[in-house]
Amino acid sequence: MSNKNTIVDIPTVNKIARLSRLDIPEASKQSLTNDLNNILGFVAQLEEVDTSDVKPLASVTGHRLPLRSDEVTDGNIEDLVLKNAPESSSGFFVVPKVIE
Amino acid sequence: MSDLLKFDLLSASIALKNKEFSSLELTNAYFEAIEKTSALGAYLEIIKDHSMNMAKASDKNINNGTSRPLEGLPIGVKDMFCTKDIKTTASSKILENFCPTYESTVTQNLWDDGAVMLGKLSCDEFAMGSSNETAAKGNVVNPWLKNSKMSPGGSSGGSAAAVASRSALAATGTDTGGSIRQPAAFCGVTGLKPTYGRCSRWGIVAFSSSLDQAGPLTRTVSDAALMLNSMAGYDKKDSTSANLEMPDLINYLDKGIKGKKIGIPKEYTQDGISQDIVKFYEKSINWLKESGAEILPVSLPHTKYALPVYYIIAPAEASSNLARYDGVRYGKRNEAASLDEMYEITRGNGFGEEVKRRIMIGTYVLSSGYYDAYYLKAQKVRRLIKEDFDNVFEEVDYILTPSTPTTSFELGQKQDPLTMYLNDIFTVPASLAGLPGISLPIGLDKSGLPIGIQLIANSFDEPGLISTARALERSAEFNFIPDGAAT
Repeated sequence: MSNKNTIVDIPTVNKIARLSRLDIPEASKQSLTNDLNNILGFVAQLEEVDTSDVKPLASVTGHRLPLRSDEVTDGNIEDLVLKNAPESSSGFFVVPKVIE
Repeated sequence: MSDLLKFDLLSASIALKNKEFSSLELTNAYFEAIEKTSALGAYLEIIKDHSMNMAKASDKNINNGTSRPLEGLPIGVKDMFCTKDIKTTASSKILENFCPTYESTVTQNLWDDGAVMLGKLSCDEFAMGSSNETAAKGNVVNPWLKNSKMSPGGSSGGSAAAVASRSALAATGTDTGGSIRQPAAFCGVTGLKPTYGRCSRWGIVAFSSSLDQAGPLTRTVSDAALMLNSMAGYDKKDSTSANLEMPDLINYLDKGIKGKKIGIPKEYTQDGISQDIVKFYEKSINWLKESGAEILPVSLPHTKYALPVYYIIAPAEASSNLARYDGVRYGKRNEAASLDEMYEITRGNGFGEEVKRRIMIGTYVLSSGYYDAYYLKAQKVRRLIKEDFDNVFEEVDYILTPSTPTTSFELGQKQDPLTMYLNDIFTVPASLAGLPGISLPIGLDKSGLPIGIQLIANSFDEPGLISTARALERSAEFNFIPDGAAT
């Protein structure tokens, strides 16, 4: 079941980690790379299934997403919205400085 | 064992109405049981004062003759359900101090029907795992063979262990690829995953939105029926919620299964399945036959592709859902000089290894250049898997399979992620097709660990699933209690 081919290498793992906004310590990069290769090698067996005339299935419900009128349903809950924020000030979320 | 712990959900509800004991007494008995079984680590949070107030309110309703369907019944809640003003962590470090300001629809439905909340139950981090070992605060121990430190299964490991150890009368779970059914099988309890859309996902911490479904973990099939009655229902706050009335499941318990057709899929007897499980699978087939069902061989040819499909779709959806944990609006933050660095360090620190692996896989399969080869391909094979079931349900009413390839394993035994994923081989296919499934205990293996059997029904046929499961339960007469249960 494990895959002999390397699908991802450390530079690729660095790139995916960057896209995922995940800090991965240097020491664990090799084992993470191995794990990802094993998993991607395992899922690669889907290649053997002929899907040339098959439409992708995104939802099993079969129903269309319902529409509702574009009306305000609640509001004036600034305190609740900010309650779990690590840092807030004057009704805003606070983040590290973005613009120099 | 305290006499009060012997009542299951249904019999306790009758006893409460007959005033044989009060909800306060029952709830108290459960807090004593929670204390006695604390070494199992099933509970992350107990809220005794809150529970006692709920119990007192229930007693008042019972005395006034205004009882609701779950009046006064103490239950546990998986930590994936947001509970207003009660810490909800999804077993993750990144949410260790998160206190929701709202209540999930499913738990609100339970409280509206009179249930009493005991506390929050441990699970795998963000419900990603099959052994409860990815929980930030450490694994839960299976109450069976408690000295051997067996896994309760996952991700609803705390829920299954609490119900099995008599430290909750029943519990809620969530199931994405088997997270209710597999731990139910490992802990010798009943676990029901409803049809996708039956229970609202609103207020449940999202993992894989096209698969996530809430359901009950209980001691009996009757209890599952009683609890799902209250959990299910249309909710306009969840756009995938099914606007379909569910009949009262209690009415279907003793309908019998005479003339029903049960399919036995040939793809579910693979290498590596334990011999004891095969033996009880064959027994179950005979029991159903004796109860008047007709047994037919069926084929679900794309079964072997279910796990590969799942391990593309679930991580892809997870990588998107978990993008919200950014250290800005809620959750833990690690300070850093720049915004991007703050995101990376916060997420790198706050998520555990398995969650990070799945975010990485999900990001990769959705990334430019790989989307078609992985994600789109998986969605296409998902359709083939669903069509397999559609075809089989033209011929039969229900499908019978083992719940898991093996019984519980020792904690710490499975280090390789892929070996762990194989645990869900029998539960993932029904999840991908959105179908309801139930696992119920039918016997013990040679070492004394419970064995679960799974029944799968067509979409929205929970009533028939309950009738069939009840027939099997009657034949199996599983009434063993684990050595780790409260005494």
